[in-house]
Parts: sequence; C-alpha cells; structure tokens
Amino acid sequence: MNENAVNSIQEQALDPKDFQIQGADTASAELFARKPVTYWRDAWRRFFENKLAVVALCLLIVITLCTIFVPIFSSHSISAHDLLNRKQWPSAQHWFGTDDLGRDLFVRVWAGGRVSIIIGVLGAAIVAVVGCIYGGIAAYFGGKVDMLMMRIVEILSSVPNLLVVIMMSVVLESSSIPTLLFAMTVTGWCPIARLVRSQMLQISRSEYVMAARLMGVSPLKIVVRHMIPNTFSVIIVAVTFRIPGLIFGEAFLSNVGLGVQPPNTSWGALSSAAQSSLLYYPYMMFFPALLIALTMLSFTLMGDGLRDALDPKLRR
Amino acid sequence: MDSLLTVKNLNVSFNTYAGEVKAVRGVSFDLGVKEALAMVGESGCGKTVTSKAVMRLLSRSGGIIKEGSRIEFMGQDILGLSTRELNRIRGSKMSMIFQDSMTSLNPTMTIGNQIMENIFTHEKTTRQKARERAIELLKLVEIPNPETRLKNYPHQLSGGMRQRVMIAIALALNPSLLIADEPTTALDVTIQAQLMDLLRSLKERFSMSVILVTHDLGVVADFADKVQVMYAGTIVERGTVDEIFDSPRHPYTWALLSSIPGRAQESKSKLYSLQGTPPDLLLPLQQCPFAPRCQYCMPICKKAIPKENFLTDTHGVACWLQHPMAPKVTPPAGIGGYDHE
Amino acid sequence: MSKQPLFEIKNLKRYFPAKGGKTVKAVDDVTFDIFPGETFSLVGESGCGKTTCGRTILGVYPKTSGSILYEGEETAKMSKAQLRQFRRRNQMIFQDPYSCLDPRMTIGTIIQEGMNVHFKRTPAQRNEKVTELLFKVGLTADFASRFPHELSGGQRQRIGIARALAMEPDFIVCDEPIAALDVSIQAQVINLMIDLQQEMGLTYLFISHDLSMVRHISDRIGVMYLGSLVELSPTAPLYEKPLHPYTQALFSAIPDVHRGKKEQRIHLQGEIPSPINPPSGCKFSSRCPYAQDRCHEEAPALRELEKDHFVTCHLAAQL
Repeated sequence: MNENAVNSIQEQALDPKDFQIQGADTASAELFARKPVTYWRDAWRRFFENKLAVVALCLLIVITLCTIFVPIFSSHSISAHDLLNRKQWPSAQHWFGTDDLGRDLFVRVWAGGRVSIIIGVLGAAIVAVVGCIYGGIAAYFGGKVDMLMMRIVEILSSVPNLLVVIMMSVVLESSSIPTLLFAMTVTGWCPIARLVRSQMLQISRSEYVMAARLMGVSPLKIVVRHMIPNTFSVIIVAVTFRIPGLIFGEAFLSNVGLGVQPPNTSWGALSSAAQSSLLYYPYMMFFPALLIALTMLSFTLMGDGLRDALDPKLRR
Repeated sequence: MDSLLTVKNLNVSFNTYAGEVKAVRGVSFDLGVKEALAMVGESGCGKTVTSKAVMRLLSRSGGIIKEGSRIEFMGQDILGLSTRELNRIRGSKMSMIFQDSMTSLNPTMTIGNQIMENIFTHEKTTRQKARERAIELLKLVEIPNPETRLKNYPHQLSGGMRQRVMIAIALALNPSLLIADEPTTALDVTIQAQLMDLLRSLKERFSMSVILVTHDLGVVADFADKVQVMYAGTIVERGTVDEIFDSPRHPYTWALLSSIPGRAQESKSKLYSLQGTPPDLLLPLQQCPFAPRCQYCMPICKKAIPKENFLTDTHGVACWLQHPMAPKVTPPAGIGGYDHE
Repeated sequence: MSKQPLFEIKNLKRYFPAKGGKTVKAVDDVTFDIFPGETFSLVGESGCGKTTCGRTILGVYPKTSGSILYEGEETAKMSKAQLRQFRRRNQMIFQDPYSCLDPRMTIGTIIQEGMNVHFKRTPAQRNEKVTELLFKVGLTADFASRFPHELSGGQRQRIGIARALAMEPDFIVCDEPIAALDVSIQAQVINLMIDLQQEMGLTYLFISHDLSMVRHISDRIGVMYLGSLVELSPTAPLYEKPLHPYTQALFSAIPDVHRGKKEQRIHLQGEIPSPINPPSGCKFSSRCPYAQDRCHEEAPALRELEKDHFVTCHLAAQL
C-alpha cells in the first residue's frame, strides 16, 4: 500500500469551528497569481535575460558612440597628412598607428565606422519600409495583384545581388553614400516583402481578424490595429539580421574599389588600403577588420536575442 | 496483485522565468499487471507530466524530477537507469501513444518503415520478418489492406488511422505497459468509440497494463479498472471505477462528474459548475489546492493540506470532509448513480 | 411554431475549390429555419460542414447557391446600411479561445473594438460599458487592462462572449465555443450562455460535436453528415427516438459518465468519406449498417416523418 496513505487523519488540536462549511471563495478564485505583464515589457525582460544579446547591444552602443564622438574630440584630424610619421605601429600617440600618408588610424577607423554603420542602419530602414509597403499591399489586395507582385519579387531576387550592386555603381558612375545605399537596397527589400506578405496573410486568416470583420470594423482599421502590430516583431527581427549583410556589402564594395572615395573612408576602404602592405603592417588591416567582425557579430547576436524575445511561441 | 509499476512521492518541477512551477507534487501510486489505470483531470493538473515521468521523457521539455522521487518498473529503478538501459526498456517493455498522431509520426517515412524501425531497434531480425510482423500489427489494429497501407505516408491517412498506426508501433514488441496520453481527444466520437474498443481488446490480448491519461470521464467509465483524479499536481481521489463513479467522495470529483449534463437533467437548467480556475502551480501549497473553488470549503481547508484517507483498500480521498469532525454532506444530485434511468 | 423565422436557410450550398479542379462540397443543399429566441444546434463530426454552414450564414464566406433570408430579406442583396445593421445584430463566438483574441491588445480594447464602430460614446461611457460587460460575463473590471495571454481558456472564452455582447446583438453563432475548454470550465461557459439567453432574449446557432452539451442547451437540432442535413428535430424527440441510422450511431458512441444500463453500441464501420468524392445516393450509404441497393443509387430527400421531426433516409420509417 501507499506510504503517503494515512488511515486516520492526523489528530492535531482541531477546532470544531474549523469545520463549518463556508462555500467557495469566488472572489479569490479568479485572482491573478502573476503580475500583469504587457507584451513589450515581457519581451524586454526576456531579451535582457539573454546575456549574449545584452553584451552585443552594449558593444553596439559603445561602437556607435565612438564613431560619433572620437572624430569630433580627437586632436588628430581625419585627413591631415603627416609625412614624418608614416606607417607608425600603434603607440601612445597614435593608438591604432598611422597609415602610409601618416594619418592617424584611430580617428580614421572611427570615422570610417560612421559610413559603415549609417549604411547598415539606413539601408536596413529603407529595406524595411519598402518591403513592408510592398508586402502589405500584396497581402491586402490578394488575388491577381498579389500573384503579379510576388512574381516580380521572385524575378528580382533571382538576380545575383552583388551583380546588381556592381552594375549600379558602374552605371551611376559615382560612389557616394546615397549611391551605395541605392545600389544595395534596390533588390534588398525582396525578402522582407515576402516575409511581411506571408505574415499578414496568416494574420488575416486568424479568428480575431474574422471577428473584427464580422463586427463591421473597416478594412483600414483592421490593417492598422491588427495586421501591423502583429507583424511588427517579425519585421524587427528580420531587419536586425539584414544589417550585418549591408555592412559587409559596403566593405566588399569598398574593397573592390566601388565604395566611398578618399579622403572619406569606411571600414571596407580602410582594410582595402591596408591590403597591399598586409605582410609588413598588419595592424592597418587588423583594426578595421576587427570592427567589421565585431559589429556584424553583435548585430547577429542581438537579432538572435530579439527573435527569442519576441517569438510568442516561446512564451509561458 | 503483482505490482508492475510503483511510483512513490513523485515530484516534478519546471523552471520558468516566474519561478519554479511544481507540476507534480508528491504523487504515489501502484499499477498491477494487466491493470488499466486512468489518470483524470483538467489541463495542467499534472497527469501528462506524471505519465511522461514514468517514461523519463521530461528532460527535453525542461522538467526536473526532484530528489526523493522513486519510479520502479518491473523491479527496476527507472530513475537510476542510464540512457542506454532506458532506451532498451522504452519502446519494448513500455511504450506510449500521444494525442497528436500527426506530430508523433515522421512525415517523411512510410508507416511500414516506421513500424519496422521500432522492431529493428530492439530485435535482430530480417527485413522480411519485420515486414511480416508489421503487416500482422496493422491487421491487429484493424487497418484494412495492410499490405498497401505499409507504403503510405502519415498524411495519407485520416486521424483515426494514424492513431491506429501509433498503437501498432507501440505494440510492436509486446510491451508490458502502454501509456496512452489522451489518445482519442483529437478524434470524432464515432472514431473515438472504435479506437477505445480496439484498445480494450488489445489490452486483453496482450495482457498489458495500461495507463490512460484523459480529461474525459466518459471514456474512463468503460475502460479503466482504477481511476485517480488529479488536481493541481496531486491525487485528490483514487479508487476502482465503481468507487469513483458510484460513491465519489471528493467535491472535485463531484464537480467533474456533474458538469457533464445527464440524460435526466432538465434542459437549460443550471449545470453544476466550478467557479474560477485551477491554482497557479507557481505558488507553494499551504492549503487544500481545491479550497478556493470548493462549495464545501471550511476554514480548516485553508489552514492545512488534507491527508489522504483510505475508506477501503483502494478508495482514497484527500479531503477534510472525511474528517470525523466534519459535517456530513451529500453530493449534488445526479452523482453516484442517482441518475440511472 | 408559427412565428416568423429569424433566418430561413434554403438549399444552401457552399463549395470550395480543391486541388486538381475538384470541388469540396462543404455544405451541400441544406435547408432549415432559425426562430427568434431559440437555440438551434448543428451537430456532426469534423468535416461535416457545420462550421462552414455557420460562417456562410454570417457572410464570412459567400454562398455558392441557395438563399439565406434574414427576417425575410435576402442577405446577399442587403444595402450598405442594412448590412451595417446586420453586422451589429449578428455576432459570432469562436472555438479557439487562443486565436480569437488579438495578443497585442488589452481586453478592454478588444471588447470596445466593434462597439466603437456602431455606437457613439464618450471614452468614459465606453469604459463604463466595458466594466459592465466584464461583470456580465462574471469577471471584474481589472481584467480590462490585462492581455489575453494572462487569461485562462475559460476566461478568454468569456471575453469572446463579452465582445459579442458589446454589439447588443440578437443572434449569435456559437462555433464550438466549449470544445477547447476543460470539463468544469465548459459548464461555466454553458451556464453563462443560458443565463444571457434568458436575460437578453438571444437566439443561438450552436455548433458542436459534444452531444451531451447539445442536448442540454438546444431547442432544436440539425444533425449533419458530409455537408448534408440528415435529421432535423426538436431536442427531446431526437434523443428519445433518433430516426436516422447515423444519428443512432452517433448517440450510441457518446462515452457516458452516467453509467446506466448499457445499450448495445452501434459500431460504424470505416471512416468518414471525403467531401470531395462523397458516395453516390445517400451519403451515409457507405457506412450505414442498413444500406440497401436503393440507398446507393437514389439520394433521399428531407421528409417530415413525425411532427417537426425531419429525416433524410429512405428506410427511416421501417427501422
């Protein structure tokens, strides 16, 4: 027989008053045991539980702050040549050393970071906006419109991305930041558009949208109040994952000579310039490359953290 | 009766952001050879977790079996086994079927291969023999044209058929214990009736013990030998089917039995219903877990957890109403067989 | 019943296109009336078309053919203003309490959503109304600031009911409202629905596969099989003396907690055929224990065998 079984109820000092039936306590039966948590606060908490993602976020903040302030407050200038101090190894004077024209690399690396990060963030923003509008329209109208729009997306995304970028830079014959951005986002929005469309289609079939429609809520309101908020988290995650790709794209283009032109610089341009003397002066390559790697890794880790934090399926 | 499975003081917890959720709290029970035990309760009462703990299937979902728990199966300490020893038992000596047959079957494999795979893992045999055995098994679970069905993929079968295939896989090696976790919940009534009949006849034929996990007392009534009613991770009442259905003692069992409208009940009359929702398992238990929703709640219920009191060898109730000092209460109308036409 | 019906459904058909140019006859020639103040139930197994039927009546899906008259008026031909009224007066409660509430909205916003389209109220009045509705479904005012994921299944279902009630409707399609709930919670929701009906004079179209609950709540019942109505009757006669062999089998398969004398269970052979390719003649003929040659060839019509008790079966009178 069972050990837990006790054949007579334990005799304590029991009060007969304890044995009067009071009935169900309906007031406390529906009380919340847990504190109220809004969706975003909950997501925020889960994001902060992810140590790697938080470290990545901090790193990104530090990098961004440095790119903004180091060039402003540094005693060295970005473009001032100092032919006496060419190709100096890192020292107390020049923390990252100097390049072949004697320019301080510490300042140049951070100034170059501006370009890289602007292209990454701005590019992602453009991709997100275009993708959302396109995907949203396709999902909203559905039917033939949807079919046509999605075929266009399929054709666009079947063209190799880098080819388009290189062609664009050559055709536009300029290598300014806007050109770079345009070249990289011209087909870059396609995956986002697809994602937004499928997510919206899924939501439009959900029962809460059906309920809203049955209550006579206007289609526009349904889009604004149900479709967009519920697609939002998916878009944030997807866009975060796009940023490293854009930063790398810029680095690649600068490396093949299609990126920003001197005296302006970027991480890609810096590492490209360092290539020729890599064997003798590896530090010139090391710092920009390290920052590219760190930034890309941080965005990826943060994207991972965001995805875990925003995915409602992981909620308990 | 020989005991096949003994569970003693089983405690299972899940760690979540909000803290430790104690899903199963000190559950003990015995299962005899050839016995059918039903674990009944609402979602979140710990019935599925208990059955998975027996198979040691919890680690992947983050469940932790606490220190001091004991599970003995055929004289072996399940909790002390290595993964390898465990795999030898799982699928051969004890097997499990789940509610969702679509996700429990591999969609990219024919059902024949899935049945045969299970045979190969545990037995050295030829492909030809395994195939014959698979056909025999499909016949056993009453699937028409077993030879052609072997080549089907899960999505080509209906829900009822898939559940039959699951049973065939589970029975491939003549297990001594079959755990059926809500096997008919996703199915329609007519299919459910077919499947329960099948399970009943297979149980006799294979001399198996069965643990049936379900929320549906109706299914239990003509299947199980013993019933245990669970609430908030504890067993609140246990007994033979007759004891539970004809003379239930726990107010929660009363509620479960009478919230299903009976034939004699007047149409659109008030159904006996419970207010509120089950307690959050995050909170420590200091009172009877059912107290806040119990119509017969007494002050003592909120002061101490009632101990399980055995009325007969088999019929145990954890309720303060069983105390000699407690007033006598009669169960709500329609309970305990008053409703027989 | 000589009252004017609220809904008259005549020869309603709803087909869906399927792969390979085939059609799924989800609802195939269904005729019934719903009278004001009653609970009309559609029962049947999954895939029998009961949900599609309910949704087509409310206009979620356009009908393929047939007519749906609402207070004598064809719903497909309603003017914009009429449709607006139709949308307010006819509501729906859903099966899945998890997917029927927008996870990003608070309970208060969810309840207000439809109400704000149809009623001009100040924000204070709206909040007051929300509190009143929450109270009506047995919840408290502090639920308004909560999010759906914080609620249990039963509580969410009651929010779904409150959202429907906010429109001050007179007809509600209840699509398997208790199927996803625990037994003790099912009784809570059913009690609430019965109370509300008596208090507000609501008409329900109750769609369910739970036969014991259907008996409890319904005034009249239609039994569906493969898109067709096989039996239509007031509740009591249907359960006392089901005429259609399918209804008989369905009732005998109900697992029963009230263990009285066991009747011999009728075993249905095989599975429900696909609605893409239903059997010829009587749709039930492939599984019917009494099927004769005639059943395989000729589709039976719905006929009134006893007063108000209709059945679609050639043999019903003899069985």
